[in-house]
Amino acid sequence: MVTRRELLLGTAGGWLLERVWAGEGAGSAAADTLTALAGKKPLIRRALRPPNFETPLADLAAPFTRNDAFFVRYHLAVIPHVDAAAWRLQVAGASAQHPLSLSLEELRSGFEQVSVVAVNQCAGNRRGLFTPRVPGVQWGNGAMGNARWRGVRLRDVLNRAGMAPEALEVVFDGADSPVLPGTPDYLKSLPVERALDENTLIAFEMNDQPLPHWNGAPARLIVPGWVGSYWVKHLTAIRIEPQAFDGFWMKAAYRVPTGAFPGRRFASQENAETTPVTELMVNSLITSHVSGARLRRGERVELGGKAWDSGAGIEAVEVSADGGQSWRDATLQRDLGRFAWREFRFDLDTSRPGPLNVAVRARSRSGAKQPDKLTPNPSGYHDNIVQTVSLEVA
Amino acid sequence: MRGARRRAAALLTAPALAGASALLWAAAGAEAIQLKDAPGRDLTTGRCIICHSLEYIPSNAPAMNRAGWQKSIQKMKDRFGAPITDEEAKQILDYLDGSYSGKS
Ligand code: HEC
Repeated sequence: MVTRRELLLGTAGGWLLERVWAGEGAGSAAADTLTALAGKKPLIRRALRPPNFETPLADLAAPFTRNDAFFVRYHLAVIPHVDAAAWRLQVAGASAQHPLSLSLEELRSGFEQVSVVAVNQCAGNRRGLFTPRVPGVQWGNGAMGNARWRGVRLRDVLNRAGMAPEALEVVFDGADSPVLPGTPDYLKSLPVERALDENTLIAFEMNDQPLPHWNGAPARLIVPGWVGSYWVKHLTAIRIEPQAFDGFWMKAAYRVPTGAFPGRRFASQENAETTPVTELMVNSLITSHVSGARLRRGERVELGGKAWDSGAGIEAVEVSADGGQSWRDATLQRDLGRFAWREFRFDLDTSRPGPLNVAVRARSRSGAKQPDKLTPNPSGYHDNIVQTVSLEVA
Repeated sequence: MRGARRRAAALLTAPALAGASALLWAAAGAEAIQLKDAPGRDLTTGRCIICHSLEYIPSNAPAMNRAGWQKSIQKMKDRFGAPITDEEAKQILDYLDGSYSGKS
């Protein structure tokens, strides 16, 4: 953090206050630029249009990621400010026997309200750390966050719409749209089983506040345990369909080689070569320290961070300070729910001077462990390898 | 969702749109990024700024070589409907490969 200048930027959508710091990049060698979108604090800017902004590491240390620090991810650049009072959610499709059109008030008062604490993580989180490098938004560690989401169960809404037994997939559309007509609109589908899961919500609150504009106001989909690409923002239409949805963002994007990763299969979208990215992999992140940090000899130093998986919950987090030869359990902090991240802490031994390479690995209650090696895939998904920070005791 | 602004945009011809879009954002001062100066820069800027900011180019340089850019330009045309002729695509490829191929 060396230099700083402030600029006022006007955009088609409003005013941005830009603050630029020259600093070390989390993912790349180049300096990261911090820019504040309206209503957000300065976040790491990966792209201005469409807005792709990453949460700085320091803001991932809190149990709940603040709304104004939560990452922002869009594919398409036409993003209307949705008027919540005029907003309606259409629920229809070939397998909906009683199509619905709901206002926000009808959604709030017509269905039981529930909440879930869950990690929202972009499928491409850490893509910028992949070796060899792959194209796409070059995220570091911060295309993720943890929040309490409040809304209604998608299942209750689907049942009210008279979901027919032959329904296979549920398709979701949001208010954002492409600049040119040749670009496929951003629509995603879920298999019916996941759509009917009691934890899949249509949320209108995030951390007890109305959803921020940049995180999908007035209502978005919450699919705990599944990657962020399914968490469609600014929801406008839901279609219940008896056949597999064949939009670009299902058939050609967000896919990995079939069989390369564990996790729930999305059978109606799978083929011999590729299959959709679905569940999060067990993973962890050190939030207290970054490589290069110097510790004073004899000082009490607590390592801290987060561990999460797709919903089994975290069983243990282990720390090695000797390059992976021996591992000791970190202390797990408060359990916020099985879809939330779990904070861990560990006292580092600073009694000897010299380099201190600290590695952290999490284990899920399902038995899944973080691997040592990346599983290569063309779009750079699922980087959950064990991370090491190189510290120095002096 | 398909918006009114999009329909309006679609009425413009491709080159006019590229210009209009670049102008809109340049006038707003929001495109902090300027591509490297080399033959083909203006054409590349005009075409590649239509749907997203130019940051997608330098940020992806470490993942790119000539074959990577070739594939990327093809994807923008075929999958996303980028209005770029084959002749323009060749010039843009030479420019991107010359200025933004950083894959080792
Ligand atoms: C018709 C719209 C359109 C035009 C014109 C366009 N792009 Fe894109 N581009 C997209 C979309 C949509 C994405 C996906 C954005 C996202 O997911 O964040 C994208 C993403 C990218 C990416 C990230 C990798 C990827 O494939 O997702 C690169 C690199 C890129 N574009 C380069 C270019 C270059 C170079 C040009 C000019 C030759 C260009 N684009 C012109 C629509 C366009």
